Amino acid sequence: MKRNYADLHLRPDLRNSELVIRMIKKASELGYCLIAIPFPQNFPEERIRKLQNICREYKTDFVSRVDLKPQTSNELIRSLRKLRRRFEIIAVICESKHVARQAAKDRRVDLLNFSFYSPRKRFFDKAEAELASNALASLEIDVKPLLTLQGPTKTRLLSSLRREVAIAEAFHIPIVISSGASNELLMRKPRETAALASLFDLEKVSAMKAISENSMAIVKRNKEKLSPNFVAPGIRLIRGGEDC
Amino acid sequence: MLKKVRRRYLALKIDSEETFGSRDFMGAVWDAVSRLYGEYGASQTGLALIDYDAEKKFAIIRTVHTTVDKVRAALASITRIGDKPVAIHVLKISGTIKALYKKIKQ
Repeated sequence: MKRNYADLHLRPDLRNSELVIRMIKKASELGYCLIAIPFPQNFPEERIRKLQNICREYKTDFVSRVDLKPQTSNELIRSLRKLRRRFEIIAVICESKHVARQAAKDRRVDLLNFSFYSPRKRFFDKAEAELASNALASLEIDVKPLLTLQGPTKTRLLSSLRREVAIAEAFHIPIVISSGASNELLMRKPRETAALASLFDLEKVSAMKAISENSMAIVKRNKEKLSPNFVAPGIRLIRGGEDC
Repeated sequence: MLKKVRRRYLALKIDSEETFGSRDFMGAVWDAVSRLYGEYGASQTGLALIDYDAEKKFAIIRTVHTTVDKVRAALASITRIGDKPVAIHVLKISGTIKALYKKIKQ
């Protein structure tokens, strides 16, 4: 069976519409059938819809995403309350331990993302994983830093990722690998992304899952939740009317 | 007993606005493999350039079947040749050059 691949973290400069279109085209050429672009919280709905139409032209599905970077856990809760119904994917870039813990246990958070430039700001440890295993959050790993960093910084990052992947697997936390690309030359084919994941000891089967099934599962779950017929997990409105 | 070496041929697309000579290209590939896996790892790959077309931005390289994933990761990690931005994508992989060209034509 043919796999469907998703890149949930394309980061073009939204002011440069040509670049956005080039990246969507490239994603389609590279074999991705679903992409997500993070938007600012107050991004106009009509522009999101316009991007959706562009993606349709290139035969790619599109989902909206927001990257939250809260300073405190209260700020995170407030943002989640405000944005959960507006965006299909919510990622939290955890810059403090309090925020990381809150994000891990909140069922409205889809992706946990950590700073790649400072190993001290990577809070994905066993406690974090235990909290996340009782919620729905997945660990997101961007490939871009593996391409752009060099020397000891890259070595330290690989070492952190290796540890985090081992913890995530032990606690059955889904891993999602995204490109995090800001231009088309930083985008890679799914198999190449999976090969890069071998650098932090993620097995090929798990890596392929991280760019296909795991990402697709998040989108499917959230699309279902955002549908007007959704009542609760496993319960949805099939037919409405007076005789029901 | 001496094991038979099973080779794999990789057809590559060089994604860049610039063109590069074959020496620069192979230099970048060797550099990427050595940077990721060290000299010992690089020596196991048995890398060789089989075909190179600078105009079409197309190359074929050879490696050993056990190191295909290593070479793929190294190729994916290349972001520059010299100081020019580039991305290298694997188009097809095959066990013989003849079959590789056949696959590309399809």
